[in-house]
Amino acid sequence: MLARTASNLYWLARDLERADYTARLLLSAAHLSAVRADGDRDSEWRAALAASGSSLENADSTRVVRYLAFDSSNASSIVSCLENARRNARAVRTALTVDMWDAVNGTWLELRSFDPAKMDEDRLSAFLDWVKARTGLFHGAYASTLLRTDGFRFTRLGQFLERADNSARLLAERVSASLSTSDAQNIDDQAALAVLRVVGARRAYRVFYKGRVAPRAVAELLMLRPEFPRSLVYCFEQITQQLAEIRDQDPRQSAECKRLAHLMYAQLRFGRIDDVLDAHPTARLRDLIARIGEISAQVARGYCF
Amino acid sequence: MQIVIDHTTTYRYGDAPLRVHQALRLWPVPGGGQVIYEWRVDVDGRKIRPTSRDGFGNPVATHVAEGPSAALRLHVHAEVETLDRHGVVGHTEDSLPPAFFVHPTLLTSADAAILEMAHGTARDSESDVARLHRLSAAVRERIDYQPLTTDVATPAAEALAAGAGVCQDHAHVLLAAARALGHPARYVSGYLCASAEQIAASHAWVEIYVEGLGWVGFDPANQICPDERYVRVATGRDYRDAAPVRGVRVGGGIESLEVLVRVGDQ
Amino acid sequence: MTQASAPVFDEMHSDGATRAPYALIDAWLQALPPEHVALKRREAEEWFRRIGITFAVYSEGGDPERLIPFDLIPRVLAQSEWQRLQRGLEQRVRALNAFIHDVYHDREILRAGRVPQQLVLGNPQFRPEMAGFELPRRVYTHIAGIDLVRTGPDQYYVLEDNCRTPSGVSYMLENREVMLRLFPELFRRASVAPVAHYPDELLETLRSVAPVHCRGEPTVVLLSPGIHNSAYYEHAFLADEMGIELVEGADLIVRDDICYMRTTGGLERVDVVYRRIDDDYIDPLAFRENSLLGVPGLYFAYRAGNVNLANAIGAGIADDKAVYIHVPEMVRFYLGEEPLLANVPTFDCRKPDDLKYVLEHLHELVVKEVHGSGGYGMLVGPHASSAERAAFAAQLRARPHEYIAQPTLALSTVPTFVENGIAPRHVDLRPFVLTGECTRIVPGGLTRVALREGSLVVNSSQGGGTKDTWVLENDKGLD
Repeated sequence: MLARTASNLYWLARDLERADYTARLLLSAAHLSAVRADGDRDSEWRAALAASGSSLENADSTRVVRYLAFDSSNASSIVSCLENARRNARAVRTALTVDMWDAVNGTWLELRSFDPAKMDEDRLSAFLDWVKARTGLFHGAYASTLLRTDGFRFTRLGQFLERADNSARLLAERVSASLSTSDAQNIDDQAALAVLRVVGARRAYRVFYKGRVAPRAVAELLMLRPEFPRSLVYCFEQITQQLAEIRDQDPRQSAECKRLAHLMYAQLRFGRIDDVLDAHPTARLRDLIARIGEISAQVARGYCF
Repeated sequence: MQIVIDHTTTYRYGDAPLRVHQALRLWPVPGGGQVIYEWRVDVDGRKIRPTSRDGFGNPVATHVAEGPSAALRLHVHAEVETLDRHGVVGHTEDSLPPAFFVHPTLLTSADAAILEMAHGTARDSESDVARLHRLSAAVRERIDYQPLTTDVATPAAEALAAGAGVCQDHAHVLLAAARALGHPARYVSGYLCASAEQIAASHAWVEIYVEGLGWVGFDPANQICPDERYVRVATGRDYRDAAPVRGVRVGGGIESLEVLVRVGDQ
Repeated sequence: MTQASAPVFDEMHSDGATRAPYALIDAWLQALPPEHVALKRREAEEWFRRIGITFAVYSEGGDPERLIPFDLIPRVLAQSEWQRLQRGLEQRVRALNAFIHDVYHDREILRAGRVPQQLVLGNPQFRPEMAGFELPRRVYTHIAGIDLVRTGPDQYYVLEDNCRTPSGVSYMLENREVMLRLFPELFRRASVAPVAHYPDELLETLRSVAPVHCRGEPTVVLLSPGIHNSAYYEHAFLADEMGIELVEGADLIVRDDICYMRTTGGLERVDVVYRRIDDDYIDPLAFRENSLLGVPGLYFAYRAGNVNLANAIGAGIADDKAVYIHVPEMVRFYLGEEPLLANVPTFDCRKPDDLKYVLEHLHELVVKEVHGSGGYGMLVGPHASSAERAAFAAQLRARPHEYIAQPTLALSTVPTFVENGIAPRHVDLRPFVLTGECTRIVPGGLTRVALREGSLVVNSSQGGGTKDTWVLENDKGLD
């Protein structure tokens, strides 16, 4: 397929995955700052900001919401992601199914009905729930209508590389500090709880772990549990599978991104949480994020994006 | 006269460009008093052959150089035998009629100063050739030979106003003035063998269509009609049509150019 | 010549009766409840917005993805009326192609003095780059859009020829699609000639002009300037319907005079480029060097005979508004036939007599820039203020060779939904003529309608709308 088409599909999926992740971060921050006993109104928002990979001066709830959700000068804000997704979708109209186009274009059309100037807490939640629902609609639309050819594979590749990056960042920013301490506490770790809330995995956690919510177990769930669809190992299973199936005329061209992705997958698939994180969890997680970035760069090189 | 040309152009880039595309008009059309014994063009050692002709009849070829290389070397080696035809090229077999060459281009549109020079030089009772000789002399008189004051994109009117320029500017101004008087005129790029030192730059001059004679060459820069020291290569309405090399590139920073030409007679 | 003050021909109601081709539409409109109309109009608009068919208008603020208004009432042509037009269109386009080939080769029509030499050789649309170049099947305008207007039951005029990159065919197709969705019952009662096969005809046309030494199935791509182009929807739509790649300049690369597209699996050779980029921007090595839209070296691959372009570079010489004046003469010269389609009588302002007449009659003429398009830079005399006319007269005197003038024709009208019910509005028609190994015309074309009362300007950039255009399969039962 045309290299630009592949690139557009890949970025379309990445942008929508990112919009979904950012909406989840903000929803969780809104919830947690409302229930916080100490009345600290801003720290949850700052944590959300950090977990999105951004920084902002004098971050408070209003600024963070504006920046992450509505600021069109921030290339990874929700509105920018939805705009970029529509632009990429328009550029590859011929490669999308009608349902995919409807999901993206419909989202873009409805986006205009939300007025950032009139956002109070209730409206913000409604907006963020809407973002989750719309991105879910797109993911469902492509999963159920797109032909299993290279177009599908590049879309999925984009979605899961973005998801892997998000999960790794979430862990790195929220729980890596508490990972080096032991898990022998008898109350739920608040940061670990927040992570579960963002990825919607309270129940999933209970399936695998007993007792209090502990950072190390949460890290294991998000990294090594192949059953959990936001875990790094699940993401890399998807990524390596897509890379293996993409039709290649010149395998040398894409060899490096495949090698790196398979190496990562093997480490996650066969690693144990104590080995993967060892004594320096923060450094390990940062290293992971950097490697995911390198794989993205190699994908772009390998397929002439 | 037997002429040997060794012409090397080296393009240097500030950064290694991702890709350089060039269109080359470096091959002469046979005929017109020139016999070609050998004519070879290579880019970084790779031989390039013309694959088609443009609308003016010039043989053309393109090539793509993929980076990363911070320089590109173009080399022309030719052995030609020429005759002195006192500038008369005559009726060439062209796809475009002389009448086409009476229309100005962006580089050769005549402003008030060019019109004044053209009409001021023309006298009623003289032959076309005599008038064109005087026009050519007027151009040379008004534009001092000064390299680096103009570039290939300088329009005729600007060069005349500046009163300085190189052979392209002399050619452009003469084209503008001749066309303003209703004479079809075309730009010629080629080589000149200045025999005293046997070293010269590639050159540009003009051909003007004169009823009865056909195309007649005028070299305003040197105040003569081209003789056996001139090798015609490409023609067009102006520099843009006949440029030996036109290029576009992706990346590469600032481009600099180094030219080494040897045109010698044997 | 019919003037604006002359009675206007309404295609549905004429001489107090309903014309036969419109009998069904008339009955349908009578029976259509008004609230139903409002609902269907909303549905149509939703459909167009959903598929994303939009049109960006230059030099206008507001919504960059504005919809072109669509009117629900079809414009109907009887089969006999269409047959006549079709013959005229075929003839005209054959002559236009012969003319373009001639001006880039032997220029016989210039030598014969039938078209002024100066008009062609001094025209910015004359591309010396094309001189002496032999094209597959000698076709230059593979896709031509011929704008027709009507002033009476049997009076049609060609308003202008579009030989470069005519657009609008996606509207022709989508208009029919939406009508079929909204009113399936109506189509069961009428027998309307289909148009949906246009993309197949276009692809056949493009394949038939592949370079002569192309082996096997030719690879055709559609080259678009990209999503910011006003006609981008159409580019994507046509590429999709034809099942070919929609490419932008950066997707193509020329090496050794062969054109390739970049795919995820490497380079793939391209044989025919249906390009929707203007000549000036198509190859920075040959035309404007600062063009980022084009493909370096494409012109040279084209001249080497390794790739074909549709439409050809330099085809614009045939649709210049001053050259237009001579099209009937081209028909006589190249085909030895009398033109079946008439030109609008046109004053050539470069002629002193014509200029004098035009300046004296500005209030009743339409004056157009020779090189303008899309309804920009024109003066509609009867609708202009005297200050506007005075300003235009000054321009005319200063640069007469840049203008032509035509009488304001009383364009035919077709009933159209307006704010308060139904009213007649002026229309034109742009059929699309395809030329490859044969000539193909899908019945009908794009009907554009001037939505403002009394307006004669149908361009979408000037507030025009569109209608579905019906050609009846047979005229049985029609009087």
